[in-house]
Amino acid sequence: MKPAPFDYARAESLDEAVRLLSGADGDARPLAGGQSLGPMLNLRIARPALLVDLSPIAELREVSEDEDGVTIGASVVHSAVEDGEVPDVTGGLMRRAASGIAYRAVRNRGTVAGSLAHADPAGDWAPVTMALGASLGVTGPEGRRTVAADAFITDPLTTVLEPGEIVEAIRVPRLSGTARWGHYKLCVKPGDFAESLAVVVRDPDRDRCRVALAGPTHAPILLDGVAGLVAEASGWSDALADEIKDAAGGGIAAAGFADADDRYAMNVHATVTVRAAREALSR
Amino acid sequence: MTSTTISVNGRTVTADVEPRLSLADFLREHEGLTGTHTACEHGVCGACTIMLDDRPARSCITLAVAAHGAEVRTVEGYDGDETMATIRESFKKAHAVQCGYCTPGMLATAYDIVTRLPDADRDRIRLELAGNLCRCTGYIGIVDAIEMTLAEIRGGS
Repeated sequence: MKPAPFDYARAESLDEAVRLLSGADGDARPLAGGQSLGPMLNLRIARPALLVDLSPIAELREVSEDEDGVTIGASVVHSAVEDGEVPDVTGGLMRRAASGIAYRAVRNRGTVAGSLAHADPAGDWAPVTMALGASLGVTGPEGRRTVAADAFITDPLTTVLEPGEIVEAIRVPRLSGTARWGHYKLCVKPGDFAESLAVVVRDPDRDRCRVALAGPTHAPILLDGVAGLVAEASGWSDALADEIKDAAGGGIAAAGFADADDRYAMNVHATVTVRAAREALSR
Repeated sequence: MTSTTISVNGRTVTADVEPRLSLADFLREHEGLTGTHTACEHGVCGACTIMLDDRPARSCITLAVAAHGAEVRTVEGYDGDETMATIRESFKKAHAVQCGYCTPGMLATAYDIVTRLPDADRDRIRLELAGNLCRCTGYIGIVDAIEMTLAEIRGGS
């Protein structure tokens, strides 16, 4: 399996990348770590006319931390998060998530922003960034804009990015010291894409509680009903687990996230949500 | 064609290549370094794992043009490396090699485990090996070999 032929250009600056990506009749793709796009090229699922390599652009590798959070450049790789080279403003959630993505050899090349922009519905970063209330800095021919992580992926392999636009950085807000989180990924083998992945972030000092769910067939969703229950909870109980499972089922069905008649999928997603909530409420 | 300059096992190589050429095929076909094996060619099996700037990476889903400026170390590039010599000796003792197809990738991952995670226990070794498939050994010998290497390095230091 070899890719179909394509042209290739190294972008030396963001402006050059945007210019190159805006050409090629809309058939250009940015290349960061290539750990999602590479397989798609080899399988000939993706057949772009032009690849624009973002790796020479130094500013995309920058990470900056301030009082309110951390800004992670688009070319920062998963293993940099895993190893704590990126300041962890989330009390360990991002490090946990990073360490469960594929394999070390993939994490050394694959980027956080590239994974989000590729928008595999079972990708690891979307539910994490959604639950954290993160946002993406996007730049393109019309200038810069900010997109909330929960509004970024609209369908499997589909984002709000317009032709010529690329993700420049990810902004992750700092959790307060009392915040707790839960992260539960169900996959058959370590490193696989998730069959189901739920992330719960409860930060009472910032008056925020969010629950996000990802799976293989639908864009990731927020489960507001579950978030309401987790926000109000004062501890863990079997009764609460049942309530959360019901609320998750309701949210999943309402969003069309899984087929309501598929009792296995419904159960898996609801159970994974319960387990993430339990971790958040048991810490 | 696009020019790419890569340090391969300490030797700088410049070549004009098709952009779609993978680093694995570049190493095998342009450099004659057939120790790097390709199997699944979509990043799952780990047979093509090499060191890219001292970190394990998949050479089948890394383009040769995107490795421009990088340092590559293949299974042929460990002459005089004591750590790799210990790993290889352990692989031999533990019968961690059968058909040999996965072995170059296994050695790269083993090298990463041994150097990055000196305190890794058996469970951690198994977890780290999840990205390298072997269809012969059942993994027991490979896990044994890495455990043996770590014990030897701990004992020696």
